[in-house]
Order: sequence, then C-alpha cells, then structure tokens
Amino acid sequence: MDALFYLFAALTLLCGILVIANPFSNNPVTSAMFLVLTIVSMAGLFVLLHAFFLAAVQVLVYAGAVMVLFLFVIMLLDLKEEQRRSIPLFSAGLGLIAVVAIASVIIGRLWKGPFVNSVDQPTMEGATTVLGTKLFSDYVLPFEIVSLVLLVAMIGAILLSKKELK
Amino acid sequence: MIAWFNSLPPTAQMTLFSVLKIVCVLAVLMPMIAYSTLAERKISAWIQDRHGPNRVGPAGIWQPIVDGVKSFLKEDFTPSHVRKAYFWLAPMISMIPALLTIAIIPFGSQLGSQKMVIADLNVGILYTFGIVSLGVYGIVLAGYASNNKYSFLGGIRSSAQMISYEIAMGMSVVALFMVAGSLRLSDLISYQTHCWFIFKQPLAFIIFMISAFAETNRLPFDLPESEQELVGGYHTEYSSMKFALFFMAEYANMIAASAMMVTLFLGGWTLPFGGLDQPAQSIGMGLAQIGIFIAKIVLLMTIFIWVRWMWPRFRYDQLMDLGWRRFIPLSLANILITAVVLWAIA
Repeated sequence: MDALFYLFAALTLLCGILVIANPFSNNPVTSAMFLVLTIVSMAGLFVLLHAFFLAAVQVLVYAGAVMVLFLFVIMLLDLKEEQRRSIPLFSAGLGLIAVVAIASVIIGRLWKGPFVNSVDQPTMEGATTVLGTKLFSDYVLPFEIVSLVLLVAMIGAILLSKKELK
Repeated sequence: MIAWFNSLPPTAQMTLFSVLKIVCVLAVLMPMIAYSTLAERKISAWIQDRHGPNRVGPAGIWQPIVDGVKSFLKEDFTPSHVRKAYFWLAPMISMIPALLTIAIIPFGSQLGSQKMVIADLNVGILYTFGIVSLGVYGIVLAGYASNNKYSFLGGIRSSAQMISYEIAMGMSVVALFMVAGSLRLSDLISYQTHCWFIFKQPLAFIIFMISAFAETNRLPFDLPESEQELVGGYHTEYSSMKFALFFMAEYANMIAASAMMVTLFLGGWTLPFGGLDQPAQSIGMGLAQIGIFIAKIVLLMTIFIWVRWMWPRFRYDQLMDLGWRRFIPLSLANILITAVVLWAIA
C-alpha cells in the first residue's frame, strides 16, 4: 500500500512539473496530456484512501470532460509550438500568493504535531450513499450555492458565445 | 497444488484468481473482436445480396486470422509530416479504455465460490463512465498527430460528438440507479430478477442504445471517419498494425457497450426461468449463465451491425440537435418522472 502511495505521489508531482516546465517540448498539447496524467494519478491517490467515488468523479469530470475541451480549444486556436514568453509580473505575483497560502496551511497543520487517524477506517461499502446523504442534509446550502454558481457560469458562457442577441 | 494454494494469504489468493479471470476474459474477448469483423462482413453481404468473404476455409471462417497476419506483415509506414510520439501512442490509447470497461462487468454469477467479475466496485457505473470518457483521447490524438486536415477534422468531430452523447448516456442511466438504489452492477442484476430494466425504463434504454452508437462512432453516427468527405477521418494516415488497432478498438468498444447494455437493461447473466436468475450452485449452471451473457452480447452486436447497413449517415447539425435538444431534455424528464413515481410509491 505504501509503495503504491509513493508511486502515485511521485507520478503526480512529476507529471505536474512536466505540465508547466517541460524541458523537451513547448507544445501546449503535451502540457495538456501531462495534466491528464496528473489528474489520473491523483485519482489513484483517492483510490488508496478508499474514496472510490471521488476517484471516479475526478477521472470522469476532469480527465474526461474538462481536459478534452481544453485540448479541443488548444488544437483549434494554435497549432504551432508555443514560444517561450516572458512571464507577466501580475500572474507571477498571483501564483506566488497562492503558493504561500497553500504552503502556510500545510505547514501550520504540520506544526501542531503528527496526524491522528480521526476518521473511522473507511470501508468499501456504501461510501457513495454516505456522501449523498451528507450532501443533501448537512451541506445542502453550500451544495445549492455551488449549483447556482455553475448555472450562472453556464448562462454566461452561452451569452458570450452568442454573437448577436435576438 | 491445492494445498499450496490454500496455504497462501487471502490477498495473494485474490490476486491469483484475478489474474486468472483477466486471462480468461481476454481469451474470450480477443476472438470475439476478431470474429465480429467477420460477422460484419458476412451480415453486410447478406443484406446487400452478396456472398461476403468465402475463400479462406469453409464459408470464410479463417478470414479474421488471415486478416490479422496480413496486418502484422504489412509495412508499418510512418509519414514524414506526423508528430511521431502521439502518432505511436494514439492507437494504444484508443484500445485501452474498451478493455478497462470490461473489468467491472459481471459476466456470470459464480463458479464455485468465485464471483464471475474481475472487480466488483461499489461505484461501478461511475468507473465505467470515467473510463469511457477517456476513450476520446485516442481519436483526438490520432487526428492531431497525423497533421492532416482530414484526420484533424475527424478528431475534432469525434471529440464534440463523444462529449455530447456522454451526457445523454450518463443521464439516461441515473433513473435506473434511482430505482435500484445502488451503483454496483451486481446489485443491479439481482434487482432485475423480477423485471428487466428494458421493460421498466424503455426510454432510458432507447437513449442509452442510440448514445452507445454515437460513442462507438458507428453508423448512423460515424461522422469522425465518414469516407466520402474525410477520406478515412482520424485513421487516414495509419497503416499496418496501427490501423488494425483502431479497427479492433472499434469492435472492442462495441462489445463493451453491448456488455454494458446487457448488464444495465437486459438482466445480465440471468434468464427469468429454470432457476437461471439465481446465483449458480453448480459449475454447470455457472457456465450456462456465462453462456447466456455471451449470447445476449452477440445478439446486441448483431443489432449494431444490422443498423450499420440499414441507415444513412446523419448530418453533423442533426447529430448535435438530436444529442442536445432531444436526448438531454428527454433523459432529464425521465429522471423527474421516475423520482415522482418513486416518491408516490414510498
């Protein structure tokens, strides 16, 4: 089990690095394909945590739908190899803030001492049912808000793609 | 031998049994893929009042083997303008999802104490849709790698088509799982011992079946490779065994889709009489149920092939219209009606 964890973790990190800094190719399609591999190996990590539902949804939504659309757009927009460009200061700053924020959360948690196994030993049976019940009872408000946000995004996408409104 | 086997820890026993099952499933699946090409050619010939392949062996039964040998021996030509890495990867990537889907389908009840399924997941159907959604990469990458406008158009068409129909397909089966109350495929089969889902959810079956045609790029939805406009679509530049792999992937996908339909709508390995709807107690019964499962797949494969030679190809706008404006609202309505009926009963 441990060996599998290290395998998937290493694969996730390696593919993640190759997405943004591939020394062999500047082709955006290659980056997108490595992002797919990153997502799939993260699904592997979820499986090791017995979160089968999350793993399946991860592959289904990100690798299967979102990335295919990414690939679609990359292929249609620009078929030439991407040139190395100077990185805009604004995005670099935003990226740095995000990295610091995530790192501070992780380091802050580690500072408090080692992890204890607070959740019950996860079981294979009925994990999806539990998730569904939680989602529609305890977390019904966040769930509805998220669906509203998605609806707004959908309407916005349709509105933007329409050239002229009748 | 048996004593040695019993001395192994349970995980090792499970691994051994899984490997054995995988080998057996592949040993059945590969000839099935090969012989569906023969079935396709024979049935098309009968429909068009021809003889079909009849030179190799009696009634042409060795034709698939000869075809396979031919594919291996032909020159594997790589055009100079292709993107090599993707050009090599694409045929493999298109073959893998079809084989992975088979892994969770219960192809029989049990032999002895072993369940006849490679992996009985509690998120069964989600796994399937996850894997099916990866199937598009093979074709898209083939179109991209070939660096040729016809291939590229084929790849783009297929990705739009597969994404669109995945949604309709996924939503059509939601109603089934609401009724059965489980995502596990073996639970679904045991639920269907009373009444097959094709009778309980006929609309879902129709949507699923037509979407399966679109997902496997079969006529009347074979726009990604439509010969008259795109030469051969995404596999225009491929030759030899790489081309054969695309061909095999198409048939493997058809078999996987048929197996899914059998499991979801046609009761899997059960038959509603002779005690065949309960898990088998003897080896003979177990084998009979595997036979029933394969017979149902063969039936659906025949329908796949039959439809191909009976229908003209859809236009692209018709295809999108059918997917987005007909099937998705219909499957949503189906979910709603099922929910209301379930609520009224409960």
